[in-house]
Amino acid sequence: MEWRHKDLLDVTQLSLDEVRHVFETATYFQEINSRPVKKVPTLKGHSVVLFFAEPSTRTKTSFDMAGKRLSCDTFSLAKSSSSLTKGESLKDTVLTLQAMNPDGIVIRHQASGAAKFIADRLDCSVINAGDGRHAHPTQALLDSLTLTQEWGSLEGKTILILGDIAHSRVARSNSYLLTLLGAKVRLCGPRTLLPRYLKDWPVEVVPDLDEAMKGVDAVMCLRLQLERQHDGLLPDLREYSKYYGLGPRHLDIAGKDVKILHPGPLNRGVEICSELADSASSLILDQVASGVAIRMALLFLYLTRKNQ
Amino acid sequence: MSNPELVIRNAQWKGGKVDLLVSEGKVLDLIHTSDAAYEGAVEIAADGLNLLPGLTDVHTHLREPGFEYKEDLESGLSAAAHGGFSNIMCMANTSPVNDNGVITDQMLSRAAKVMPDGPRLFPIGALTKKLEGKELSPMHELAESGCVAFSNDGVPVKNTELFRRAVEYASDTGLPVIDHCEDPYLGLGAGMNEGPTSSRNGLAAQPDIAEASQVARDILLAEYLGTSIHLAHISCKKSVDLIRWGKERGVKITAETCPHYLLLTEESAMDYSSMAKVNPPLRTIEDVHAIMDAVSDGTVDMFATDHAPHAAYEKEVEFVIAPCGISGLDTALSLTWSLVSSGELDFDTFIKAWTVNPCATFGLPVNTFSKGDPADFLLFDAQQEWVVEPGTMYSKGKNTPFAGETLKGRVVSHFLGGKKIV
Ligand SMILES: [Zn+2]
Repeated sequence: MEWRHKDLLDVTQLSLDEVRHVFETATYFQEINSRPVKKVPTLKGHSVVLFFAEPSTRTKTSFDMAGKRLSCDTFSLAKSSSSLTKGESLKDTVLTLQAMNPDGIVIRHQASGAAKFIADRLDCSVINAGDGRHAHPTQALLDSLTLTQEWGSLEGKTILILGDIAHSRVARSNSYLLTLLGAKVRLCGPRTLLPRYLKDWPVEVVPDLDEAMKGVDAVMCLRLQLERQHDGLLPDLREYSKYYGLGPRHLDIAGKDVKILHPGPLNRGVEICSELADSASSLILDQVASGVAIRMALLFLYLTRKNQ
Repeated sequence: MSNPELVIRNAQWKGGKVDLLVSEGKVLDLIHTSDAAYEGAVEIAADGLNLLPGLTDVHTHLREPGFEYKEDLESGLSAAAHGGFSNIMCMANTSPVNDNGVITDQMLSRAAKVMPDGPRLFPIGALTKKLEGKELSPMHELAESGCVAFSNDGVPVKNTELFRRAVEYASDTGLPVIDHCEDPYLGLGAGMNEGPTSSRNGLAAQPDIAEASQVARDILLAEYLGTSIHLAHISCKKSVDLIRWGKERGVKITAETCPHYLLLTEESAMDYSSMAKVNPPLRTIEDVHAIMDAVSDGTVDMFATDHAPHAAYEKEVEFVIAPCGISGLDTALSLTWSLVSSGELDFDTFIKAWTVNPCATFGLPVNTFSKGDPADFLLFDAQQEWVVEPGTMYSKGKNTPFAGETLKGRVVSHFLGGKKIV
């Protein structure tokens, strides 16, 4: 398949065939990641800027490692080390980046739409590593790859996304992608953390967690931003973990085969109890491994794309 | 009365051909086109052009003093002149705020200096000092200096008790209060309507009830106090329903809406376009239809631009941090005229919404083409197509979501008090 997209802003840009192609490419790179020497010259001579205006150690490390394993030069531009802290506008950052003439930019930003903002102004590929509450396409792809490799297919599976849906780019991207791959998506969380308008979302909402666990094949826990209590969206963490935190009894409801995912970093004892995070049901570390492979695949596809 | 000094020949007015006779800056007569000769009169052939009364904008942000880089009195009034506005009411959220007679005097004398031929400027005084919502502004002094209304637009008053007192105090001056209806908590920090688009985009949003609940409060307050309140830039169906209810009860409320609430929906912000970021935010197609109906049946009395110019660099940022507002003076007439040409809005309602009703509400000079009215009028080419090119707009604010669109109908000339200003 010839890759023709310039940017990856959200998974909604990708067709089913394109997602499968990303998976195939990632699976190929997973093999490389299991070799003793995990470096290939595929992207030698290419350079990518990792522009993380909002801190995220794990996503950034994942992209960095993905790039380096393909022999791509990666450069970091973090908020603390850039002039952003001096109040530089995003537009000026874009112009600065453009002048450096990289082949690709990976952007993480706290504003929804920021990835599109810079993609509209740059000639090189832009890969969205999370923009505000909007989208997190690479996370969704790695989540789906992890589950696809676990089960062979997502067709007919039911996946519960649990927690703070309203503020979650992971939930937005995953709802679309899991559905595209044939799964049914269910959402559960307190009403203050669910978007008011879900009509266009391919999901069902089950407010009660015990009820929501019935017949579920996997649960995707979302990280809870602890300050939601102060935003007036939660009474406190104790109540949250009691009614919306994933615990052992939920496994009994869903059945032992249920899989647990979490985009990390975990608040142990808040959105998930510690034993479950470390249990045989947990795919959390598989997600991390898939993440590197997915990002290698994306860097490869976008940086070697055929220009129209 | 004497012979006319100015004769506009053969213009179109309500389906017929007319001659307008002007004497001493006032309308002398509007008659069927004739061959009559008027000795000593300047004659202007207006064949193929529509005659319109000069428009009145009751809601403009002119930015001077304080933010002249966004707009100043000269650029703002020039945009108004070319956009067809004879009267402009400017909001008080300047820096310093227009909360004392000295600032009002300064605005008026600056306007007279930079645009001596008009359009006419009518400042709106702050409802509270510095718009802080803590103390009443000196409204008698503001009225005496030339303010025609009071408003906290820009920073709605949070304290309902203080708002009540402000409305009471303003009623002693005989001038109306204009309220920007927005619940200060429900709307907090949100740049778009809470709906399917904000849900997909992941943007902080405010529901339509943030506006409507304040509209309801104002109607109850106006009824209770037996005084009038003017409701600014109405954007949603729920507000319209409440206003209709209030008017049926005989409450003395008036309301305005803006061209963008009749022509755009929240989907304009789907691509995170900061040009579509306004406050109140663009709503849904149901809201657009409801407002259209409300303008047609008179529930919403008038149009206003809510002209809110910003510098280009201020808008070219992430949607979340972009300032709200559309630069409206250059385009408002053509945009609303499109509703007349498409048959959605009848001509008489259009004229009422842009001239008769705003002037009646705020006591401004109005031209109904009756003998003695100020000769404020436009020659308007309803067939002329033009493309909205921000670079050619007269306002310093180039922020418009209509950039690149082809509009039909444009001001050819603008006469104020019988004097040609465009
Ligand atoms: Zn306002």
